[in-house]
Amino acid sequence: MSRQQQTALAQTRWDVIVVGGGNAALCAAIEARHEGARVLLLEGAPKPYRGGNSRHTRNFRCMHQGPMSVLTGAYREDEYFDDLMLVTKGRTDEHLARIAIRNSEACLPWMENHGVVFQPSLSGTLSLSRTNAFFLGGGKALVNAYYNTASDMGVTIVYEAKVRHIVLKDDLCEAIRVVIGGEEIELSAKAVVLASGGFQADLDWLARAWGPAARNFLIRGTPYNRGEILRDMLDSGAESVGDPTQCHAVAIDGRAPQYDGGIVTRLDCVPFSVVVNKHGQRFYNEGEDVWPKRYAIWGRLVAAQPDQVAYSLIDAKSVDLFMPSVFPAISANSIPDLAEKLGLPVDAVEKTVAAFNSACRPGKFHPTELDGISTEGLEPPKTNWARPLDTPPYYGYSLRPGVTFTYLGLKVDDSARVSGAHGRYQNVWAAGEIMAGSILGQGYLAGFGMTVGTVFGRKAGKEAAAHAN
Amino acid sequence: MQIDLFALAAASPSEATATEEARRQLEICNACRYCEGYCSVFPAMTLSRAFSDGDVTQLANLCHNCRGCFHACQYVEPHEFKLNLPRALAEVRVESWETFIWPHGLARLFQKSGVSLAAAMIAGIALILAAAYALRPENGQGFYAVLSHTIMASLFSLASVLPLIVIAGGLWRYWRHVGGDRVTLAHLRSAFIDAGKLKNLSGGAAKGCNYEKEDRFTMSRRWAHQAVMWGFMLCFASTVSATILHYAIDLKAPYRLLSLPKLLGVPGGILMTLGGIELIRLKIRAEKALGAPAVWGGEMAFVLLLTTIAASGLALYGATGSAAVRPLLIFHLGAILAFYLTFPYTKMVHAFFRLAALVRDAQTRRD
Repeated sequence: MSRQQQTALAQTRWDVIVVGGGNAALCAAIEARHEGARVLLLEGAPKPYRGGNSRHTRNFRCMHQGPMSVLTGAYREDEYFDDLMLVTKGRTDEHLARIAIRNSEACLPWMENHGVVFQPSLSGTLSLSRTNAFFLGGGKALVNAYYNTASDMGVTIVYEAKVRHIVLKDDLCEAIRVVIGGEEIELSAKAVVLASGGFQADLDWLARAWGPAARNFLIRGTPYNRGEILRDMLDSGAESVGDPTQCHAVAIDGRAPQYDGGIVTRLDCVPFSVVVNKHGQRFYNEGEDVWPKRYAIWGRLVAAQPDQVAYSLIDAKSVDLFMPSVFPAISANSIPDLAEKLGLPVDAVEKTVAAFNSACRPGKFHPTELDGISTEGLEPPKTNWARPLDTPPYYGYSLRPGVTFTYLGLKVDDSARVSGAHGRYQNVWAAGEIMAGSILGQGYLAGFGMTVGTVFGRKAGKEAAAHAN
Repeated sequence: MQIDLFALAAASPSEATATEEARRQLEICNACRYCEGYCSVFPAMTLSRAFSDGDVTQLANLCHNCRGCFHACQYVEPHEFKLNLPRALAEVRVESWETFIWPHGLARLFQKSGVSLAAAMIAGIALILAAAYALRPENGQGFYAVLSHTIMASLFSLASVLPLIVIAGGLWRYWRHVGGDRVTLAHLRSAFIDAGKLKNLSGGAAKGCNYEKEDRFTMSRRWAHQAVMWGFMLCFASTVSATILHYAIDLKAPYRLLSLPKLLGVPGGILMTLGGIELIRLKIRAEKALGAPAVWGGEMAFVLLLTTIAASGLALYGATGSAAVRPLLIFHLGAILAFYLTFPYTKMVHAFFRLAALVRDAQTRRD
């Protein structure tokens, strides 16, 4: 960006500045522009990586009274809310949650009108065809559509804009300090919307919050969610919600890249596996429940193991029962060979597998439902899909915790306005992951992050524009 | 644990063969599947967990290069997975045609080199010119005053039959390579409907391609290609009808406007010309790196050749009765001759292999 353009940005009195460039930020920018506001969107990432974690999403959980767009049947408020309570175990701000749920229904046509294209649920995700509307092409296609819509409407978009500081005086945001093209400039706006995500990509922060083990975690999404704005706002006295020490983590392929591995690094083989730690010992019931209900706890389980690593062992009987991983499994014709290839203690793994095999009992195996085929006299037990590892070749995958998002966020009111030490700020709103901690206190419900981002992004944009007018 | 899959990504593209590179990318796509709704490639991909060379070739020929998957992809560069599936498949596709079509060297020449195709066109015109002088008809009306019907018919019969034999051989090799089954009428019906509608350029619910406007969807390429394809069919039908009129009822060219050859040929020529010009415009605007850049020149020359044939045909009609008929006819026939003789070795083969891939897809589809 030229010096001239920087000056132009700095000299403009913006109605609304949106900090961030993912789903919530784009919804806010589009709505604010609809209200006639002069809108600037500051995306921290370079253009190819724009969109934050929205790039990795694939669907939108939506309330509906009857078949709507690609959604089948009905999904009413109470069922939706119950599903949410089940995963968060009650750690949910019911009032905000119900706002998100109720408003989701009107969001779907709004999304379609702003370029998002839906498709029937993907193969292997039929269980979600009633509750979740899938984006054709996934989250990046949605992000592209919104950027095109926003730019056609006249929203000014700047990439690689590193927002350093929100200048607050009492309950008013006076300016935003941002580094663009190596220059720090100060921008002024009548209202700001903060939609810059959580802090999960800042490993130092994770390590301070969780402990040094977090340095062995992989980050499933964007490397650009470093929580700088969240930190800055908290330092300025903004109120927080959500457990500052917690993050959502699932078990992913241990060979995934440090950042941005996304969907292809997930591993769905645990229910059909014997899972051991680096000492070759089992540590949890692999068959406790169907995978969609258990995948989220395995991040935590693996994180609690030495060196934050575990190994999933399967045999030829099970290799076709789950989606292929992006990395080929390590294979061998015997358990000792497999242990050796995986770098595990051979004797310990042999003993563990032998003990497991002799604890298995015959029964009718059914991969897609709880089949009750359980081990006997084994600790910990495997209570479903317990079949002996006896058919070579054997396969192994390493597992590591993959962080999806963090729970710590800014406290907001019904209209997504942020609260500070002196009550609500006059002109600061927040949407998306940066405030989702109040609704998702624990766990995760597929497609709900996009619901929170869309509903509160739109609200924040409208309110911010109304304030500016 | 060493990960060969990604060591490949680090290597320069020339070190991995086109098929190996496409296989690496397909394995990543198959673990994601977000693009399932764009075209037939992705549902077909989910049928396999491992991709044989034949699978890769089939998927490559099924791909219509709409580029929707590239712009929706979270793993394109600068991501370390470096996905560019439209390009990877385009490169396999080009290589597969060179392998299946005999002699291989000619395909390499005309696919890659637009200059060679232009030279072929000049040679074709020169040949017709020489024939027109050396074998000047003693009598004959209209076109046949330039070149006798017998010479014209025998020259073009030979020039179209030889390439078709070459193509048939190529398709036979393709079919064995991808493990095709016995073809039924239902398979053919499905393939012709998909081809006729260009279903795989529709982008599914997204309405079009991500071609000339980056990540924006437009129908331009689909409509332009429809115009060229249906225009070509109409021109072909026009030629066939003229042949029938000539031999069956001794009705000779030039034909009246309200005759079958003209009713088919004039709209066909207009469609081909306009569609061709639009395809050229789109191709100039589209990102080269999302196709096979090595054959860009050859592809462009091919579209130019087709458009030239159509436009010169229309000009010939416009010039009826004037002195321009002779040079225009020589030019037009020369270009057609070049088109016929080179067509197993140019982008024209995509029509045959694409159709074969659609037939094969109809055999494996689960619905």
